[in-house]
Amino acid sequence: MIPSEFEYCRAGSVEEALDLLAQKGPDAKILAGGHSLLPAMKLRLNSPGAVIDISGIGELSYIKEEGSHLVIGACTTHGDIAKSTLLSEKIPMIVEAAAEIGDVQVRNKGTIGGSLAHADPAADWPASLLAGEAEIVLASSSGERTVAAVDFFQGLFTTDLGENELITEIRLPIPDAYTKSTYVKFEQPASRFAIVGCAASITRSNGSCDKVRVAFTGVSSTPFRDQAVEQALEGQAPSDDNIEAAAEKAAMSVEVMGDHFASQEYRKHLAKVYARRALQAVLS
Amino acid sequence: MIQCKTSKEIGGMGHSMRRKEDARFIQGKGQYVDDIKLPEMLYMDIVRSPFAYAKITNINIEKAMALPGVLAVITGKDLEQYNLHWMPTLMSDTQMVLPVDTVMYQSQEVAAVIATERYIAADAVELVEVEYEPMQPVMDPYKAMEADAPVLRIDKEGKTDNHIWHWEAGDKEATDRIFDDAEVKVKEQMHIPRIHVASIETCGCVANYDKVNNHLTMYMTTQAPHAIRTVIALVAGHVGLTEEKVRVISPDIGGGFGGKVPVYPGYVIAIAASFLIGKPVKWIEDRSENLQADSFARDYHITAEMAGTKDGKILATRFKLLCDHGYTDAAANPSKFPTGLFSICTGSYDYGHSYAEADAVYTNKPPGGVAYRCSFRVTEAVHAIERITDCYAQEINKDPAQLRFDNFINKDQFPYKSALGWEYDSGDYHQGLQKAMEVVGYDDLRKEQAEKRARGELMGIGISTFTEIVGAGPSREFDILGIKMFDSAEIRVHPTGKAIARFGTKSQGQGHETTYAQIVAEELGIPAEHIQVEEGDTDTAPYGLGTYASRSTPTAGAAAAIASRKLREKAKKIAAYLLEVSEEDLEWEPGKFFVKGAPDKAKTIQEIVFAAYTNHPQGMEAGFEATHYYDPPNLTFPSGAYICVVDIDKETGEVKVRRFVAIDDCGHIINPMIVQGQVHGGLTQGLAPALYEELIYDEEGNILNGTFMDYLVPTAVESPSWETGHTVTPSPHHPIGAKGVGESPTVGAPPAIVNAVVDALSHLGVTHMEIPITAPKVWKILKEKGAL
Ligand SMILES: Cc1cc2nc3c(=O)[nH]c(=O)nc-3n(C[C@H](O)[C@H](O)[C@H](O)COP(=O)(O)OP(=O)(O)OC[C@H]3O[C@@H](n4cnc5c(N)ncnc54)[C@H](O)[C@@H]3O)c2cc1C
Repeated sequence: MIPSEFEYCRAGSVEEALDLLAQKGPDAKILAGGHSLLPAMKLRLNSPGAVIDISGIGELSYIKEEGSHLVIGACTTHGDIAKSTLLSEKIPMIVEAAAEIGDVQVRNKGTIGGSLAHADPAADWPASLLAGEAEIVLASSSGERTVAAVDFFQGLFTTDLGENELITEIRLPIPDAYTKSTYVKFEQPASRFAIVGCAASITRSNGSCDKVRVAFTGVSSTPFRDQAVEQALEGQAPSDDNIEAAAEKAAMSVEVMGDHFASQEYRKHLAKVYARRALQAVLS
Repeated sequence: MIQCKTSKEIGGMGHSMRRKEDARFIQGKGQYVDDIKLPEMLYMDIVRSPFAYAKITNINIEKAMALPGVLAVITGKDLEQYNLHWMPTLMSDTQMVLPVDTVMYQSQEVAAVIATERYIAADAVELVEVEYEPMQPVMDPYKAMEADAPVLRIDKEGKTDNHIWHWEAGDKEATDRIFDDAEVKVKEQMHIPRIHVASIETCGCVANYDKVNNHLTMYMTTQAPHAIRTVIALVAGHVGLTEEKVRVISPDIGGGFGGKVPVYPGYVIAIAASFLIGKPVKWIEDRSENLQADSFARDYHITAEMAGTKDGKILATRFKLLCDHGYTDAAANPSKFPTGLFSICTGSYDYGHSYAEADAVYTNKPPGGVAYRCSFRVTEAVHAIERITDCYAQEINKDPAQLRFDNFINKDQFPYKSALGWEYDSGDYHQGLQKAMEVVGYDDLRKEQAEKRARGELMGIGISTFTEIVGAGPSREFDILGIKMFDSAEIRVHPTGKAIARFGTKSQGQGHETTYAQIVAEELGIPAEHIQVEEGDTDTAPYGLGTYASRSTPTAGAAAAIASRKLREKAKKIAAYLLEVSEEDLEWEPGKFFVKGAPDKAKTIQEIVFAAYTNHPQGMEAGFEATHYYDPPNLTFPSGAYICVVDIDKETGEVKVRRFVAIDDCGHIINPMIVQGQVHGGLTQGLAPALYEELIYDEEGNILNGTFMDYLVPTAVESPSWETGHTVTPSPHHPIGAKGVGESPTVGAPPAIVNAVVDALSHLGVTHMEIPITAPKVWKILKEKGAL
């Protein structure tokens, strides 16, 4: 429970953080809410030589509307997102996902950027960001780039984030008015992380499901959009049978994880149950 | 409902007085062992084994020693020179302090680092290079018993298997005969898994050896400070640490639950280090070390059987146990009771025959078998009898409540001799269950269940009507390492009528500072507010065996009452002298003696005490002090009737405890609020193994849930709203009729919950579920039974 020695640097701005990152090299780690990094350091699973604290960078903490997008600063806490009326009106699954994370202390410290960078396979965020077709903005001393969430998550604790890059923003297209969304989760009782987290976002027109986005976290080592489920429902009327048939297709194309608590078979089953629950909630 | 004999000002028994200790706890002013900081204090950290079973081929300490601030790296070979590399366990087995050549479980202590700073000690741990030759561990206790299993304890001369001991109780032949002829027999195999007490404060100590005065002060989180002092003197007397040179101080404790009774290797190494270096050494475990290496609880594999008639009369029970103790039996039972008080397994029912037998076995798991809030294996016993009773009810298709009513020991049968030899002191089981059924609305729930079942919904109602056995114990049978299990109280009343009372027990959250004061207040009429209770310092407190197994009220609480009565006798003599009447003319009411028929001719206890110092009768000893060592004539037998209602989500297998009614009977109640608090905590610790907790190991001996990220200790989030109540059946042999309550709920809750889950699934042909009942387990059984 005692980390090894490290240098502590506090960045006052994005620019300063990027400078420090370049300066300290690959041995440095960004520190945001500390709710993934500090436990890893205390268990000595991670022993960075330097820690660059970005939690005080005010310019990275915001939720606002920007043209056709809602944008969230990387250092915005789960707690602030859970309380956002703007998000709750436009993309409710984002608020619901935030509210499902850990307990109140975790939500008040942990940040969306930190969770994405950490890429725990059981983290809550990825599902709703994939279903919401989010983009992630990455900055480095050589400039900025934007990556689609689908391309960002690459595997177990692995992302497209470069060593000298900082996540600065998450961008979500504002869905059109006939869209409803939700996030539902079966949690690991001890850690409260997702065994299965399912986000669904559906746009309807003329009584049928126009656009369906369904994504999972916790099920596989990489969070994923489940196109089989989406396609089964797209263009269909939202009947119980159609929902059931679509949910049955959940998690068919991925390698499902298993552990001492929840076997592969059980997770796969839960994916179907939670797909159905999410679709039902959105379409009711 | 509870009648108080004293006024609120005096605050004797029955008053819900606020806990005196809480003033400091809720303001963060408790003094725990980690709060102790001494000048020049050094810090210890421990190198632990990544393997469950391995030969140590080399330990290289050079790099660690080269780190500035590191004073010593201690290995088993170092301790071997002082013959301190092994130590006895409380069960007279042996346990390594540090290994010389072999590690026996994952996370076992391998070496200890002593440094000037805690951080340096942790860095040095990483620099100690240990070379291991891993071996295939034996993790399954059944496999450990097989003839060709590798022998684990080759350190024991002549040992040819992994068997530790065999125990049995009851008349085997007579019981077998009844089983042979019985109309109905039920049998179930159950595992009470390995769990951990997981107290919020981990274990730790500050060992402070003073070379100049040859004196050791040991601050440590122990539930039994006096016994520990004796053990230290027995182990280290040969190097000069005789008992008068050792002082053990147990400061505030953040939860013990049995896990702070044993002596862990860390304590011994800290003492050795302080002794050799001559400076104080602090050792505080971290959470993972606590969870992975300290004594576990439970781990009994039980085959339970019941024989009865077709119409529901229990005739006999049989129990066969396999007890997995890890690599050494480091339980903390009374010496003559290797399975603790498991023989309470005959339960609350009136029948003549039972037989129980147990075999204990070594495996490559952490050592232990501590009594986790269960007064010595009563959790296992109650689980077995309450589960098998339900199996019987299910088999003959009888309502489990009715079956219990038909078999309960009647209140006029007490004192009742059980089939395995205990003499139950008192009880009124019918009243308890009746009350629980009324509170929960049993008949309506059964109707609701029938309706839900017709709709395909899963709901269950589970009952547990248990008998506990606490207050060890009578000296003819109960000792630990030969020391009899009495306990003590010493009361000194100061001239102004205020008192200090000291005890051989040690509170870890039970509220002794309040409840003991209330007992003395009840007996002497001195306001509880003015009675200062102290425990835990062997230099000042009278000798006692400590607090565990719900024994404090039955033993030290009784001692408090009797010491107070000795003082009241003295008070009577002084009052007679002051009032110039004979003792026979005096009558007592709490707080004063008065002359019969003339209530204004009175002397208050304060006036009497003052006279004991200022104007005592000629020929009488001055002062107002008394001590009593209480040797209980019998144990006490609290009981309870618990009813649990669960709803099950058929799709996910999740179990939700909708309601839980707990009616406890602990005899006379000292402080209803404290009893309620104890019951709430205990029920939550009963919910824990029923639904959540189990230490899981893979075949290589790796622990799979060694942190709180994977091992759930339930909190308020998981707990239902407990509905508590009580009946009062005083213990006839206890001076204040009290019985002990702390462990009843932990013992009684798990089978109520399991019985509820099985009840919800019984129509599918389910007769048993192993704990913890997790959602995946329920889903799996639903699937197997074709219910999905
Ligand atoms: C008890 C507990 C329960 C939890 N339960 C849940 C749960 O139910 N669901 C869930 O999803 N999560 C859960 N978490 C994790 C939590 O959400 C963390 O807050 C989150 O994973 C990490 O965010 P952070 O801001 O704390 O990041 P930190 O811990 O500070 O950093 C995490 C990693 O991200 C990097 N990093 C941080 N910010 C940036 C950035 N802007 N750009 C680039 N790299 C960055 C760091 O270098 C580090 O590698 C839990 C955590 C705890 C302690």
